[in-house]
Amino acid sequence: MDKLCLEHIGYTYSVGTPFEYTALDDVTAHIRDDRITGVIGHTGSGKSTMMMLLNGLVKPTKGKVYLDGYDINSTAKELYSDWLKRPEYQNMRKSTAKKAIKAEVQRRKRGLCFRVGLVMQYPEYQLFEETVYKDIAYGPKNMGLSEEEIRERVLYGARFSGLSDDLLEKSPFDLSGGQKRRVAIAGVIAMKPEVLVLDEPAAGLDPLGREQIFNEIRQYQRSTHSTVIIVSHSMEDMAEYCDDMIVLAHSKAIAEGTTAEVFAQISMLDEVGLDIPQITQLIRMLRKRGIDVPENVYTVDRAVELLRDHYQALKGSQT
Amino acid sequence: MTEAFIHAENLTFSYKGSNGADDIPALTNISLDIQKGEYVAVLGHNGSGKSTFAKLLNLILEPTSGTLIVGGTDLSSGDLSEAELIALRRRVGMVFQNPDNQLVATIVEDDVAFGPENLGVPMPELRERVDGALATVGMSEYADREPHHLSGGQKQRVAIAGILAMRPECIIFDESTAMLDPLGRREVLDTIRALNRENGMTVINITHYMNEAALADRVVVINDGTLLMDGTPDEVFARRDELRAVGLEVPQCAELIHRLREAGVPIEGTAISTAKGCAELLVAAFSKRGNENG
Amino acid sequence: MKSIAFGQYYPANSPIHRMDPRAKVILTVLYIVCTFLCRNTLCFAALLLSAVFLTVLSRVPIGMILRSIRPLIVILTFTSLINVFMTKGERLLTPSWEIPLWGAHVWRIRIFAEGLWNALFMVVRIVALLIGTSVLLSYTTTPIALTDALERLFSPLKKIKVPVHDIAMMTTIALRFIPTLMDETQRIMNAQKARGADFTSGGLIKRAKALLPVLIPLLVSAFNRAYELASAMECRCYHGGEGRTRLKILHLRVSDVFAVLLLVAFGVGIFFLNRVGILYTMK
Repeated sequence: MDKLCLEHIGYTYSVGTPFEYTALDDVTAHIRDDRITGVIGHTGSGKSTMMMLLNGLVKPTKGKVYLDGYDINSTAKELYSDWLKRPEYQNMRKSTAKKAIKAEVQRRKRGLCFRVGLVMQYPEYQLFEETVYKDIAYGPKNMGLSEEEIRERVLYGARFSGLSDDLLEKSPFDLSGGQKRRVAIAGVIAMKPEVLVLDEPAAGLDPLGREQIFNEIRQYQRSTHSTVIIVSHSMEDMAEYCDDMIVLAHSKAIAEGTTAEVFAQISMLDEVGLDIPQITQLIRMLRKRGIDVPENVYTVDRAVELLRDHYQALKGSQT
Repeated sequence: MTEAFIHAENLTFSYKGSNGADDIPALTNISLDIQKGEYVAVLGHNGSGKSTFAKLLNLILEPTSGTLIVGGTDLSSGDLSEAELIALRRRVGMVFQNPDNQLVATIVEDDVAFGPENLGVPMPELRERVDGALATVGMSEYADREPHHLSGGQKQRVAIAGILAMRPECIIFDESTAMLDPLGRREVLDTIRALNRENGMTVINITHYMNEAALADRVVVINDGTLLMDGTPDEVFARRDELRAVGLEVPQCAELIHRLREAGVPIEGTAISTAKGCAELLVAAFSKRGNENG
Repeated sequence: MKSIAFGQYYPANSPIHRMDPRAKVILTVLYIVCTFLCRNTLCFAALLLSAVFLTVLSRVPIGMILRSIRPLIVILTFTSLINVFMTKGERLLTPSWEIPLWGAHVWRIRIFAEGLWNALFMVVRIVALLIGTSVLLSYTTTPIALTDALERLFSPLKKIKVPVHDIAMMTTIALRFIPTLMDETQRIMNAQKARGADFTSGGLIKRAKALLPVLIPLLVSAFNRAYELASAMECRCYHGGEGRTRLKILHLRVSDVFAVLLLVAFGVGIFFLNRVGILYTMK
């Protein structure tokens, strides 16, 4: 089922100034429930803007964003005619019902950022509290939860992002880069969002750090069955960790589907100048040299399997 | 034997512990020589000491013990005059990680001029140097732009031009591609390569990207402040298990070769650092099998 | 890739844009003096004409300049009203209206012709001042050129140990980092909003408190940047202003000198025009 749905989204910065710039142009995309969706594209392809549309940080200049079928930017006025027919509002006096609808829309707007949790790029730069615990608690506190619930949330967030308990009373500024990033991610996970959006979660980390953070994200998704969106420009990571993919180029969505479906259009990815995984390049070279292996291989595991089988077949035909 | 441009012997550096705490060793007993015109990648995970090594080379940090001689100047003696220090930094330029934090001026060409201005280079030579440096990195048409309107890769190329305008003999790139997207990274790496190949510049690239290390002539791996490996990319990537043990990985293609060998596919040869090299090895392995068939 | 329109600089290729920034600084000072020299109708008419002339010469769109006046409308109205109602003169225009206040107190409204003139002159003066300075400096000079000009104009102060170069370098760096830090502020605000921060509701204290999660990370990052920038500057052999050469050498051209002389002549002209009292002369 579609958790999030973008319909004909357009977004333009600084309209009417010399700096006018179209970040998104007629983008339609679907993000399915209980999956990890990768959004890939160049810097300037509109990825980050698209993520900020999902939790209402920016409003699209054109088009609609639906979360569970609800247009997140709808105003009470637009909803009156429809909602007044709903059973919960039908029995009220019209003015009371309108007031109630207005309050409901307000409530949803305010709650949106807690339902769609966004971890921005280099999130370690947003840490500000004296202790890791307090920093992770910032989101839950803004949700108006009780001390007890906040505590539970902080531990929940810390557990999923791989922070040990002894770090909680430390100052976030004394931690290493990778740990800081984890604190920031924990701060969003602690809000228990239905959708977790991560913008370049592994940027600047070394290979081990990358692998750990992606594994933690995967583990989080698999155990909570929530919707996770990862933005990245690393095709190698996307191929490895994402179930679905959306490809953005020049402010447009040019492909969407399962990772396999998207990689099946690999030549198109090449055309828009995205870095296709090294392993895919290698397989292509082999095909050109007359080695009969399928074209769309994008993980090392798959390549090992195929080439091993290829070798076995050669050996088999020999005997 | 010609004298090495950089000569380090038992080079050691410790950060002073705060409030009487023990000193924190960052580098211990590093010994290596880097020749003029070499392209060396220094690999290591975050916190391995690789950046500390870079900062010693132009005396942002001072060696705690051991010998470090750069371009004939002894940096470990600890008594360089201001003039000598400036001369050293002119010869050994450094490009940092964050492109935003190393550009000083609000206009590209003014920024490129900053170094030579400090060195007192007079006009019109100054103008020649600025224009030349911008041309080398392919940023001439951006000379009068404002840096904050440029992409990350472009900013980093401006930073490189700023170093080039000082006419250095060696440039150190301290994780200069870590904050860039693939396109920006390619721009910068192409520039680095051209500087080394065409201008004979000595290049030291500090990085944790394996694919970048594969582009160098020589790879030095630092772990926990000690020198772990030193060899060609092929030689280093052949030691996959050791690399993995210190939190590093080999490029995908090298990984593939290792895994196929483990699966019993006999692949001969050592050229595993590039996709092209790996393809050759695989083609050879399969055709050999095919020939035996026939 | 959001761009921020920074400062007021309007890129164009006009005679004023091409002028040496030092000349422009001097011209601006002279122009300010001129606006205060004006005393009578003729002078103010000349002043207004000069402002229009400068605007046309600068090729800055008139709309932009009018927009910059808009925030001043309140002040202009206020000073005009004060002038209209408070100036006491000889030519009374209104009958003595009396507005009863409390008890036996009354407010006597008396508007004199002098008050109206003064109000008009004041408006012309402020508007000319604004147009003159913005067209001569802010719209046509990049902040960096301005810093450069000020450094050179004040360089004699080095003799009395004023660190002119350091101040100029600091200003340059500040100008360079303003857009970067503005971007960063926006980013941090978005990040905290994504965690439910609310910067718009509540009283003053609550709002100030809500800004802490933005200010602290911003400060931390600014210090980091400063530290890294200092390293980068050292690596590029920066060692103060001594022995530095400059890529951009400012050349005072004949036309610059001519422009300054022209404005001096204009000032002298105003000085004499002040004696030709037509219609009204300010006291």
